[in-house]
Amino acid sequence: MSREGRTDGGTADEATEGAAVVAAVEAVADRIEDERDHLTELDSAIGDADHGGNMARGWAAAADAARDLDDPDPQSVCRTVGKTLMAEVGGASGPLFGGSFVFASAELDDGVTAESAVAFAETYLQKVEDRGDARVGDQTVVDALTPAVHTFKKSIETDELPPLEALAKAVDAAERGVAFTVPIRAKKGRASYLGWRSVGHQDPGATSALYILEELLATAADALDSEVPDADATSPTIPDEEPDDAAGDGEGDAPPEDGD
Amino acid sequence: MVGLVVVSHSGRAAEGIVEVAAEMAGDTRIEPVGGDGQGGIGTVPDAIEAAVDAADDGDGVVVLVDLGSAVMNADVAVEMSDAEAVIADAPVLEGAVNAAVAATDPSATLDSVREQAEAARGVEKL
Repeated sequence: MSREGRTDGGTADEATEGAAVVAAVEAVADRIEDERDHLTELDSAIGDADHGGNMARGWAAAADAARDLDDPDPQSVCRTVGKTLMAEVGGASGPLFGGSFVFASAELDDGVTAESAVAFAETYLQKVEDRGDARVGDQTVVDALTPAVHTFKKSIETDELPPLEALAKAVDAAERGVAFTVPIRAKKGRASYLGWRSVGHQDPGATSALYILEELLATAADALDSEVPDADATSPTIPDEEPDDAAGDGEGDAPPEDGD
Repeated sequence: MVGLVVVSHSGRAAEGIVEVAAEMAGDTRIEPVGGDGQGGIGTVPDAIEAAVDAADDGDGVVVLVDLGSAVMNADVAVEMSDAEAVIADAPVLEGAVNAAVAATDPSATLDSVREQAEAARGVEKL
């Protein structure tokens, strides 16, 4: 999408976009700090009780590093955040959350557009899946990211929704994904050592991903001077259209002919 | 010649494994790396990348890893490094010894050293 064609209605140049991304990182750092004890509580049930502290330390350092950038553009901010998370978070969350930022930042060569945001989201998810060798249903961060990324992509590309609304739907989708981690068994990560005892526990990594997306949405709305849209990941029911060409009267149902 | 990197959650474990492997390694460069950078247990991609670069003399580097996040952090480091590096899917100590021996072969390649490291998966002790 060209800059003229952007659908967010903004006239943001790279510096303004960069400042907005820095603001998002700061918002995430504050949120994770607020949720530190909750995340640690979730992790102590099925893991090694360090997720809250690790993530809070990492995101605080990431916010510092982002603030220190001279000319932040979205790509440089994402790369800096990723590298800082990798260095500071420790455990598997460093390479999963941080390494994927570094890798996906390659999609932001031309700043943030609806199109590049979809590419970023898809690349990020792919990297998390590959690096963690995790799929949907393993009770990991992938369970929150997959519905969020799929919903975002579909909302932008198929429904052609405004990016902010697409992001709001993605956040709702992530929330459903987090809820899905509760009644299933962990197959990856520390919790998988618990086997069936992992059932009934919410995944801390998926929960962190939801908080990050919620703050991204709030900051994006702020940067666009909009309210956070009230969105639901479900789509309107598609009416059951039976093609009524049983009698050979297929008019209107036939695929358009490519006549010349 | 092909270089080696030994990655462990514990820096001291990495150093000890390198000590054992170095006995068989001739002139092979073997770099230990481990710890969270703050004196604790863990691994850090930047430190692994630095070790890969230090072990590389142009013929590539085989990376031996211990558990979980060490594998992921080594994966990140390999991706970031300019050196041609591969992770061996092998037990860290036995793989390091095998790789060290393989690297001294004049006809050794990145693939042959990795294969020898991975052959350690089948080592039986009793």
